[in-house]
Amino acid sequence: MEDRPGDDRPQLPPPSLWPVGFAVGIVCLLVGLVVSWPAAAVGAALAVVFGFLWAREVATGRAQVAGPPPAEPSPDAPAIPAHRGEAAMPEPEPGERFPRSKFLEGATLGLGGVIGAIVTLPAAGFAVLPGFLKQKAHEVDVGPLTDFEENKWKLVTFLRDPSEGEISRRTAYIRNNGLLDGKPSFTVISNRCAHLGCPVQPGGPLFPKQEKTVKTDNGEVQVTPMLPAAGFICPCHGGAYDQEGNRTAGPPVRGLDRYEFSIRNGRLILGNTFSVGKVVGSGKDARIKRYELTGPGQHVDGIESWLYPLQPPH
Amino acid sequence: MARKRSARQEAMQRAVMYPLDWLEERSGLVGATRYFLFRKVPGDTSWWHTLGSATLTAFLVQLVTGVILAMYYKPDPRSAHASIEHIQHDLTLGWLVRGMHRWGASVFIILMFMHMGRVFLFGAYKYPRELNWIIGVLLLATGLFEGLTGYLLPYDQTAYWATVVAININGTAPFVGPYLATLLRGGAEIGPDVLARFYSLHMLLVPGALIGLIGLHLYLVVRLGVSSPPWSRDAAGRDPDPEPPPVRSGLVQPGPRAAGVRRRPAE
Repeated sequence: MEDRPGDDRPQLPPPSLWPVGFAVGIVCLLVGLVVSWPAAAVGAALAVVFGFLWAREVATGRAQVAGPPPAEPSPDAPAIPAHRGEAAMPEPEPGERFPRSKFLEGATLGLGGVIGAIVTLPAAGFAVLPGFLKQKAHEVDVGPLTDFEENKWKLVTFLRDPSEGEISRRTAYIRNNGLLDGKPSFTVISNRCAHLGCPVQPGGPLFPKQEKTVKTDNGEVQVTPMLPAAGFICPCHGGAYDQEGNRTAGPPVRGLDRYEFSIRNGRLILGNTFSVGKVVGSGKDARIKRYELTGPGQHVDGIESWLYPLQPPH
Repeated sequence: MARKRSARQEAMQRAVMYPLDWLEERSGLVGATRYFLFRKVPGDTSWWHTLGSATLTAFLVQLVTGVILAMYYKPDPRSAHASIEHIQHDLTLGWLVRGMHRWGASVFIILMFMHMGRVFLFGAYKYPRELNWIIGVLLLATGLFEGLTGYLLPYDQTAYWATVVAININGTAPFVGPYLATLLRGGAEIGPDVLARFYSLHMLLVPGALIGLIGLHLYLVVRLGVSSPPWSRDAAGRDPDPEPPPVRSGLVQPGPRAAGVRRRPAE
């Protein structure tokens, strides 16, 4: 069929049953793959046959027929009077807005914003807030006082929160300083480097053959004697500390953090950690400049500490 | 003289073209793709201009291999490393796909830096391409964050401690650092949820951001065109070299000078 000159109507495909047959064949094939091979074979055959017929119809161009001609305006239809309807309305000025369109635009944007906030805010809060709220303090029983001889260092590893598994394993370097005012005194140093958080190591020998495993409510605690004659050293970037945890060399910005401790029923209980600016003196006579727990690399004293005025809850 | 096609060949061509025409009529995608692939570029482009598409290719490799690895990886602290070992040693060609993803990450970052270096040294960040430069910087930052979140996933000692150090480096940023570190850790200390958090960021959020930024970047490349190198005589409005370079062949059509359209008039 020849197109009429100037005819820009779309060329519509004619009604055809081949796509329906093709679709039925595909469905039959997929169902057959699940329930029965013969059904799948029938479906495949149907799909191939109808697919071929469909493709041939398209390829041979028989499908291309013109759509129905546009309806000619009927000469009998009454003309719209010039003083009524849309034709009678004045042309809007450029940029002219109407109250109804303004209202609809505002309502759409406002409602959309409210719905977006209702959906987004709880999700964003769920993603962000748990890290800042409800931070639990964990006490850890690291064994009886008798495992910590006076003036001897022990490397103690334990699970801070057994429910979290091995990732909560922590290490503390503990020394029994003897009695202070009739109460036991301990130096309990965290092994988290004050530079970037790597695990510092004792600067001296460990005695793994003398390692002792203590069973506590927090699971097993390993207690290993050590002799940190050169203090503590970080293998990552070379930070060095003395036996009180004071920085002696390298990039750390302060001393090593320490654990709070308490004695309960003759057992040593470790509490939260806190940051330390400097320790003056040693052992039970040490005077510790204590600060709220601060992240590695962050100053706790001096003018640089002004860069970290607020700390998230720990 | 062109060979006359038989009726069967005509029919075959119509059958092949029909789905493309169908798609084009409804979406304009075929025309857009043709425009993207066959648009004009300056005749004095060189291999340096391929670094952007090389970076895109590296990203696509990461995308495909990442999706495959996600089918076998288990983002749980107790089984993450074991699943990596399983992929590496037990699954057929797992070592290859994981190796492509692991080393491809470095290739992606290196190519991004090289591409940025080329843009900087060629002055291609100047008007009117400043916005595309800014998007490129965002892409670099997002790409580095993608690398950071992916580094934890093997969940071995290296991965764990490197992540600890990286988070603590972020924590040293003035004022916001402590909060940024807490946000990344999802708490005061690294816990079991961090692995799933990083996996989610690595798999969904950051790649989505990268895809969006890359789309914007490409749109601006097509809209603003490819910049000429700083030594371009064409771009400077001077006569081209007496001996124009040979016509290059490829998907992208050569510009007028390379095609020999504009030649220096004979003296």
